[in-house]
Amino acid sequence: MSNVTEHATQKRERSIKRWINARFPLQEFWTKHLTHYFAPRNFNFWYYFGSFSLLVLVNQIITGIWLAMDYTPTATEAFASVQHIMRDVRFGWLLRLMHSTGASAFFVVVYLHMYRGLIYGSYRKPRELLWLIGMLIYITLLLEAFTGYVLPWGQMSYWGAEVITSFASAIPYVGKFLVVWLRGDYSVSGVTLHRFFSLHVIAVPLVLLGLVFLHLVALHYVGSNNPDGIDIKTKKDAQGVPLDGIAFHPYYTLKDLVGVVVFLMIFFWVIFYAPTMGGLFLEAENFTPANSMMTPAHIAPVWYMTPFYAILRAIPNKFFGLSAMAAAIALMFVLPWLDRSPVRSIRYKGTCSKVAIVVFVICFIGLGYVGIMPVSPVLSIMAQIFAVGYFAFFLLMPFYTSLETTKPLPERLTS
Amino acid sequence: MSSNEEVDQERRCFLRRATTAVGGIGLAVGAVPFVSYWLPSTDTEAAGEPIEVDISALKPIEQLTVVWRGKPIWLIRRTQAMLDTLPKLNNLLRDPNSEEDQQPSYAKNIYRSLKPEFFIAVGVCTHLGCIPTYRPDVGGVSADWLGGFYCPCHGSLYDLAGRVFKGVPAPKNLVIPPYTYLSDTLVQIGKDKEGTEIE
Repeated sequence: MSNVTEHATQKRERSIKRWINARFPLQEFWTKHLTHYFAPRNFNFWYYFGSFSLLVLVNQIITGIWLAMDYTPTATEAFASVQHIMRDVRFGWLLRLMHSTGASAFFVVVYLHMYRGLIYGSYRKPRELLWLIGMLIYITLLLEAFTGYVLPWGQMSYWGAEVITSFASAIPYVGKFLVVWLRGDYSVSGVTLHRFFSLHVIAVPLVLLGLVFLHLVALHYVGSNNPDGIDIKTKKDAQGVPLDGIAFHPYYTLKDLVGVVVFLMIFFWVIFYAPTMGGLFLEAENFTPANSMMTPAHIAPVWYMTPFYAILRAIPNKFFGLSAMAAAIALMFVLPWLDRSPVRSIRYKGTCSKVAIVVFVICFIGLGYVGIMPVSPVLSIMAQIFAVGYFAFFLLMPFYTSLETTKPLPERLTS
Repeated sequence: MSSNEEVDQERRCFLRRATTAVGGIGLAVGAVPFVSYWLPSTDTEAAGEPIEVDISALKPIEQLTVVWRGKPIWLIRRTQAMLDTLPKLNNLLRDPNSEEDQQPSYAKNIYRSLKPEFFIAVGVCTHLGCIPTYRPDVGGVSADWLGGFYCPCHGSLYDLAGRVFKGVPAPKNLVIPPYTYLSDTLVQIGKDKEGTEIE
């Protein structure tokens, strides 16, 4: 290309940009949220999981749209249509396994993302709303996962739906009526399946996308926290750029891209070699079509719900069991107001907080394990012990965070 | 256009409240079709009509399961030995006298049935809706087991009259549906002489 034509091309591009920018804040958006959005320079491994969540969300939406083209949400055809996708549709197996593995991957990255927030105090002022919106995303995600798990209409789909919709019956007075209303029938049936399909493909994803948008708006308004948990906006250069901040684009977009490559390697390894993950991602029982007249010998939700399921089972009383489960989730919402520490990050908190985090992780994973296993007296006692640990982490937090001695905060970010 | 001083704040306030109230009522009324849409449709309701079951071929100890409203209904012919276990268990049960409203009035007795011999119940665990297993085998579930029902999901236990044991997750006795004998061998399930239609 000669210099003359190159010059002409550049000129045309500039005029197209000018035309758009006079009508839509494209350049402004690009600058404000990417090239001049300054994030702390010390993001580590834990900071990958926010962008991974976004990646998995896109994966779920795209594969979901394709799967809906061949899936039939009726009691007689649902199971067979999933088999049709797996066996007859070209690359149907791949898209279906990307979707089912994506569901578990979503919870893996979201749990790690939440853990990051937990250890670095990303929920503390002024990021309380960011945390609350994130928690709403988590609840919406649980709903999306539950409604999606019903769709293959296997035994675990059916009985999971039966058990979870019957949670509503524990509500005094209106409980029984509410269960029939939720199911649209006197027991879980094709009517329930069809409405869950509607919720799964349109209602819940719309809410999810809306909340993700709000999560990002809130994030970009207050700015990211960092492993040191100190504010980078207090020290700025002459141009008003934080001294410890670097532009999100290109620095973090490229860093995340490297992470994405590694993530996709692991993700597709699972899809190709371990799509059922030994029954954790796809349960063996779900390869049997739904049968309302036969309960499987052992009903367990998918792994990402089992910590709460274990709390439910730990209490031998329906109403109090469900209340404890609801409380376990509700406590995560109020986390910003339970932490009274003068510092945000675990790096500068005292021993009590560090021990508490370790206890919490052990209890959460322990509950998850117990929730997968069939009921036994020993496991019931273990579930009760882990549940006590789980609740103690939250309920004692105002005390151990305010009483312990913390380390002095650095002036600037440590590398 | 009037200036700010002339704005009648009281009038404006009234109008704002009136608009909000009327709009709110409109929204609430508008929500009715959307909420009602989720209730069982008329054909689903029709499919839930009472059913008739012939019990003439049912042998002692045998269990017959029929479907009504998508739920398993058990018909079990209990022997005298099975009925004799019931009074022995009272201390181990949450609700031995069926005080909770889980059965029609004619089943509020120790046998929880119209005729002691025939036990008719909805085979759905009152904990979270699983189907308990019929375990008439003495000593089968535990060493002191006298026969009853065992829920494989969360380990709830019921005796041979569907009465729940203490210390298990299920809060209540099994539900007894409304039923009536049309003849000695024909039972109508889903509706009784008193016209009760709800289980």
